[in-house]
Amino acid sequence: MSETTDVKQSDAKRLSVFKTYKLYVGGKFPRSESGRVYEVQDSKGNWLANAPLASRKDARDAVVAARKAFGGWSGATAYNRGQILYRVAEMLEGRREQFVREVGEAEGLSKSKAGAVVDAAIDRWVWYAGWTDKIAQIAGGGNPVAGPFFNLSTPEPTGVVAVVAPQDSSFLGLVSTIAPVIAAGNTLVVIASESAPLPALSLGEVLATSDLPGGVINILTGRASEIAPSLAAHQDVNAIDLTGAGAGTDLARDLEIAAADNLKRVLRPAASQDWTAPQGTERLTAFLETKTVWHPTGSLGASGSAY
Amino acid sequence: MRMTFEYAPAPESRAVVDIAPSYGLFIDGEFTEASDGKVFKTVSPSTEEVLSEVALAGHDDVDRAVKAARRAFEKWSALPGSERAKYLFRIARIIQERSRELAVLETLDNGKPIKETRDADLPLVAAHFFYYAGWADKLDHAGYGANPRPLGVAGQVIPWNFPLLMLAWKIAPALATGNTVVLKPAETTPLSALFFADICRQAGLPRGVVNILPGYGDTGAALVNHPDVNKVAFTGSTGVGKAIARSVAGTNKKVTLELGGKGANIVFDDAPIDQAVEGIVTGIFFNQGQVCCAGSRLLVQESIQDELLDALKRRLSTLRLGDPLDKNTDIGAINSAEQLARIKAVADTGEAEGAERWSAPCELPSSGYWFAPTLFTNVTQAHTVARDEIFGPVLSVLSFRTPDEAVAKANNTQYGLSAGIWTEKGSRILAVANKLRAGVVWANTFNKFDPTSPFGGYKESGYGREGGRHGLEAYLDV
Repeated sequence: MSETTDVKQSDAKRLSVFKTYKLYVGGKFPRSESGRVYEVQDSKGNWLANAPLASRKDARDAVVAARKAFGGWSGATAYNRGQILYRVAEMLEGRREQFVREVGEAEGLSKSKAGAVVDAAIDRWVWYAGWTDKIAQIAGGGNPVAGPFFNLSTPEPTGVVAVVAPQDSSFLGLVSTIAPVIAAGNTLVVIASESAPLPALSLGEVLATSDLPGGVINILTGRASEIAPSLAAHQDVNAIDLTGAGAGTDLARDLEIAAADNLKRVLRPAASQDWTAPQGTERLTAFLETKTVWHPTGSLGASGSAY
Repeated sequence: MRMTFEYAPAPESRAVVDIAPSYGLFIDGEFTEASDGKVFKTVSPSTEEVLSEVALAGHDDVDRAVKAARRAFEKWSALPGSERAKYLFRIARIIQERSRELAVLETLDNGKPIKETRDADLPLVAAHFFYYAGWADKLDHAGYGANPRPLGVAGQVIPWNFPLLMLAWKIAPALATGNTVVLKPAETTPLSALFFADICRQAGLPRGVVNILPGYGDTGAALVNHPDVNKVAFTGSTGVGKAIARSVAGTNKKVTLELGGKGANIVFDDAPIDQAVEGIVTGIFFNQGQVCCAGSRLLVQESIQDELLDALKRRLSTLRLGDPLDKNTDIGAINSAEQLARIKAVADTGEAEGAERWSAPCELPSSGYWFAPTLFTNVTQAHTVARDEIFGPVLSVLSFRTPDEAVAKANNTQYGLSAGIWTEKGSRILAVANKLRAGVVWANTFNKFDPTSPFGGYKESGYGREGGRHGLEAYLDV
């Protein structure tokens, strides 16, 4: 009896254990190489944690990790990729309460509203999990060319994608931008919401236990204005999603200009974006290339007998 | 007794085409002078003869044309798709009717052989209009949702290597989807676009739907930068493509870019040598090598290199270079003095860097712009001739030992437009095609085109696709 009482008493006085949030790069959890952090506050201005303030060097390291992971991830079967995306949803479901708390704190949402956001984000993983083995059928196909040729167009991932995640939707917006990029077979480096980075960093912990190969998704926190320009100008980045840079901003325009250097594929920010609405395939196809393969069919003559 | 067989000259008559001494800009359904009265001359590259004097569009003319296209957009986009389709079918039919005239015209203005304009360019031009005509009333089925909407005014800038074909690639999908067009043809090849304006008139196309503005690069820049243009389509050099990508940054203009290439044509040791040789010749000497998707890097498996090169040189020695209007001519003139100088400079650099130069023995005509079919051996991946797009009849030969090495070398380029694979082994074709970072892969064939087949590049070869269902996306608000 007395023991139970002791535990209850110490519970009341127990000091909680803070979490040191870390970046997620190459399947590992490094601090920023710069050694910098910044204060993250909740919507009322209370201190929540110190988040890593990633540097341009962190961004370059993340690109190296994403490039290294690209061959394996793009070469995996679409079925396998779908399984892993679905696995992310499973792992998130198990840690739902943690994310409801973090998203609620980050965005100032009530528990029920934050719950709805987290549920929507989990469902979004499931939606994109189902796309991995269908997009090639929807976006590709046979071409009936006028001649004796077999001719097939297939979508392929464009490569390493840099994503500037939405600023105001720290979790649902983040998931809605990164899930389609990897569903399509790309690898990515994402800069999380600057003011609300903690759900993104916790997502890294989920991804690390979801069978997702290290380096497929790399998560940076810090200032988009500091990190994004080096990603936009990086010669080994194939595409950039400017969603979080904001429509009509100087940052978005400058990033697009930098991206022109190696003709990155650019997804411009939309004037308004409702993350709770059903998504289309635009975020999948924005980072796909179409490859068309021709081969003679052997029907050399009009009689069709000449092979 | 010694018998020799020589080909007699077989010239196509140029009487089928009537080239006027001067042409205006085509704006709002009428030919008009440039606002500032400027003109420039267009010459025949094979003879340096002045063919005609053409109005040079300036900034005011660009503005006039965009305004005309904007006015026309409202009615054109509101037409039922089935009506737009009929206009495009009419255009396709008139092109077929006038294809001999257009083929001769294109050969005169561009310098390419008549057998190419007659047998490749013109049939494809008509086919493109025919193909996209059929889409105009079926856009709901294109995979971009119900009732996809056009973008508005399309500003299109095209190159000189396939003047009429590139026009067709740009205008046909734009009109089918309900956009109106302002198109700038290249300064060295403006004539067929102006003849196309006449075809639009014959087809009864509403005024302002198609506007043609001959001019130089600054005319194109003015068009691309015009604030009332909603869509930019460009085919040309990667350098200009990057400049366009920068200039449209921060705007809502939708952009597609078809840029340079340095295509690898990979020949494995089990390839049928004679067919591969024909494919290599088509790959780099078709259209005098002035093709963005040319197979300008030959990657040959080391064990068959000598045999293949012997066969290739033998074949190149049979190519006939000369009068492009002669139906027996294989190799025509280089499009311009400027382009010829560029090809010569890169070839000289190749020699200076230690690559071994071989040119097919042929006599070059005394006037006009000519360059003999040329190949470089002893080439490494670091050589300029293996890295830079030459856009001329110059082939760089490299070797490889394993399929992985072939793929690595093929992908070792800033470009990603085309590639070729020659092997009898089906699984090797599929495996290699899968690993190549290129938008078009020709296996056991090369340089084939069709309106139903999407075309476009990876990496710095640009973005977007032209042709096929995919080509519609560039002109729809999706």
